[in-house]
Amino acid sequence: MDTVTVIVGSSIGGVRTAQSLRLEGYEGRIVLVGEETELPYDKPPLSKAVLAGTAAEASVCLLNRDQAQELGIELELGHAAAGIDVAGNLLQLHGGEALRFDNLVIATGAFARPSPWGHRPGIHVLRTLDDARSLRADLAKGGQLAVIGAGFIGAEAAATARGLGLEVTVIDPLPVPMSRIFNAEVGQWFGDLHRSNGVTTIFGTGVESIDGDQGSFTLRLTNGQNLEAATVLVGIGAVPNDAWLSSSGLLVDNGVVLDEYCRTVDAPHIYGVGDVARWRHQKHGADIRIEHWTNAVEQAACVAYNITHPENPRAYTPVEYVWSDQHDWKIQVVGRVGGNAEHVIIGHPEVHGRFAALYTIDGINLSGAAIVNWPKALLACRRGMGTGITVQELREKLEPMLDPQPLAAS
Amino acid sequence: MPVVKADLEACQGYANCVVGATDYFDLDDDGIVVLLKTEVPETDRARVVEAARSCPVSALIVED
Repeated sequence: MDTVTVIVGSSIGGVRTAQSLRLEGYEGRIVLVGEETELPYDKPPLSKAVLAGTAAEASVCLLNRDQAQELGIELELGHAAAGIDVAGNLLQLHGGEALRFDNLVIATGAFARPSPWGHRPGIHVLRTLDDARSLRADLAKGGQLAVIGAGFIGAEAAATARGLGLEVTVIDPLPVPMSRIFNAEVGQWFGDLHRSNGVTTIFGTGVESIDGDQGSFTLRLTNGQNLEAATVLVGIGAVPNDAWLSSSGLLVDNGVVLDEYCRTVDAPHIYGVGDVARWRHQKHGADIRIEHWTNAVEQAACVAYNITHPENPRAYTPVEYVWSDQHDWKIQVVGRVGGNAEHVIIGHPEVHGRFAALYTIDGINLSGAAIVNWPKALLACRRGMGTGITVQELREKLEPMLDPQPLAAS
Repeated sequence: MPVVKADLEACQGYANCVVGATDYFDLDDDGIVVLLKTEVPETDRARVVEAARSCPVSALIVED
C-alpha cells in the first residue's frame, strides 16, 4: 500500500506543505482536506485588493484543479475534520468518513474572534473569502463604516474603505493602538497616518454595545459617546482552530503543541503548520505561535523536509516577518519588536518619508525592526537578523542612506 | 536547465526571496528584485523554488 500524507487545512500552510512535499521528492499519496468548498485561496489580499475590488477573486487562487492533478495532490474540499484517532492513524471527518494516514499535517489555521456585540447582517468579521465578499457588498452601499480594533486587519480594511471614498471611524480601547506591537512614539505615527488620510480615530475608548440594524447602527461607546454607522467591521484578533483536536489526546494549549521539528509532542508522525501551530523555537527557548503568512510558508517547507527526511529532521528557527499595507505606507516588521526592548529610530515619516525603528532586547544586538517605506533598510535588517548584527552597526549603515524624501501630500 | 524569472511589475520588495536564496536574489534601491543569476542547477532547485514560492505576490517563477 502507498504511504499517505493527509494535510488538514487548505489555506496557505496546507497548500505549501503539499507542494513542498513533491519538491522534496515525496512519492506517496497526498490528500489535502479543506473545510471550505472554495478552491484554496490566499488571504492577505482579502483586506486590500479583493476588498477594494481591484483584484479578481481568481487571482488569489493558490491551487487550481489542474495544478493539483499535475502534482498528484488529491483535493478533498468541503470536509471539516472532526477528530484524530492517533493510535489507529485515522483522520475523522464530519459525516462519519475517516481517512487513513501515515503522516498527518494539522494546518487548520485560525478563525476571526467573533463579535461580542452580537451577530447580524451588517456586522462583519474579515477572515475568509466569503467574509470579504459580504463586507465588499456592504461597503458598496456607502454610508459610514465603523471599524472596531486598530490591529493590522482593522487598519488595512479602514484604509481600503477610505480609498473607496467611504467615511471611516476606527475605535480601539488602547490610547495608542499600535503600541501593542511597537512603542508609543511609533504607534503615534500610525494614528497620524490614518487621520491624515481622513480616517476618524477614537482611541482609548471601548464599545459597550451595538444597537440598531444594518444601515443604521448606533455604537454606544464607553466614553458615553454614540457613533452612527451603516456597516461595522469587528477586527479583534483570531483564535486557533484547535477545538476539533480535543478528543484526540494530543496536547493543545492555544494551538497544537509541537517540538522543535514541528511534530506533535505526543505523536512524531503528526505535524503542525501555520496559525494553529505552537512549536518550540530553539533560539527563543519558548513555545510560540505566529499568525503570519511568511511563517506558514516557511514552516510548511520545514515540515515537508522533515516528513521526507525523518532520520535527519531540521529544527524550525525562523526570524519572524510580517507586512501590512495601509494607505501609502508599506509596513514591515522583522524579528521581535516592542515590549521592553530598547529602540532607536532612524528617519522620520514627515522629514524623510521613511523610517526604521530598531529594537534590542540585550541593549546591543538587533532583536527586531519595524520599517516603513524603506526596502534597503528592510533588507539590511532581515540579513542582519540572520547573521547577527548590533544596532550600532546597523545604524551606521542606514543613516547615510537617508535623503530627505517627504511623502507626497495626501 | 531550469530558469528563474521575475515579474518586476508585480514585485513589492518583501525580500522573502533574498532571505530564502541570497545567492540568487537581491533588491535594488527602489526595492525591486534583482536576479543575480537565472540558471538553476538541479542541486539548487528545491532551495530556489522554495525561495520563489515564498514571494507574497507570486512575482517569481522557476521554469523547466
